[in-house]
Amino acid sequence: MSMLSIFNVSGSAVSAQSQRLNVVASNLANADAVAGPDGQGYKARQVVFQTVPMGTEATAGVKVKAITESNEPFKRVHNPNHPSADAEGYVNYSNVNPVEEMVNMISASRSYQNNVEVMNTAKTLLLKTLQMGQ
Amino acid sequence: MFAQMTSGLDFHANALVLRAERQRIIASNIANADTPGYVARDLNFKEALSQLTGVSGGELPKLKMQTSAGNGTTATNPKHLALAGLRASELSGSALGYAVQSQPSADGNSVDLDRERASFVDNSVRYESTLRFINGQSKTILSAIQGQ
Repeated sequence: MSMLSIFNVSGSAVSAQSQRLNVVASNLANADAVAGPDGQGYKARQVVFQTVPMGTEATAGVKVKAITESNEPFKRVHNPNHPSADAEGYVNYSNVNPVEEMVNMISASRSYQNNVEVMNTAKTLLLKTLQMGQ
Repeated sequence: MFAQMTSGLDFHANALVLRAERQRIIASNIANADTPGYVARDLNFKEALSQLTGVSGGELPKLKMQTSAGNGTTATNPKHLALAGLRASELSGSALGYAVQSQPSADGNSVDLDRERASFVDNSVRYESTLRFINGQSKTILSAIQGQ
């Protein structure tokens, strides 16, 4: 039943994509977060995917290799009355770009759907194979 | 005599194994659609089938007794029969190739998701048709045996 490993491959992809979606959710939730007392605001996070060999040569799953933090400058807003304002009267907000995150979210959700579709097809085919000769 | 009756079944069984293999390769491509640097693979079905059965395109399948040992199983008794089927190592060289990039991407990933999805559907339909061939042939043999 060589097709059974499709569930491992697509399952790894679904898990990786859901982790990506998790990171997007965390970024969007913190899009308007203000920097703490140390002056460091929330840094947007990104997942890095990596191929994982599974069994034979051309069978490859995927995993999240690392989660990196963006080094973009923080968004600075002049608001001297804000409790978190620094000596010059600027407030540091997170460096999350909401447009980028929305695009990332759509891409993650489409990839997730694709892999679920693959698993459904594999399941249908395997069930038909089990009925062979009946 | 029985080998003659089931030789057609053997041919379709080989085709079915290859279809499953291709399905797995395409699933890997779809899983890695967002992985930087991943190179999409594909199976040349015609090439792979003729490697496996020793039949080149256009000819009718010849009678061939499968005697290949291996297949991931180990014979612990000399009376054990070898299982017919595909070994992963048999699939190599010209049959397993790389998909040609139609729109190069900046991160070096060569998966074309539209094409992969189309190939996936195409392959699953062909898998099912091979299954139906096998089912039909086994029903024919069964009705011949029962003679009713």
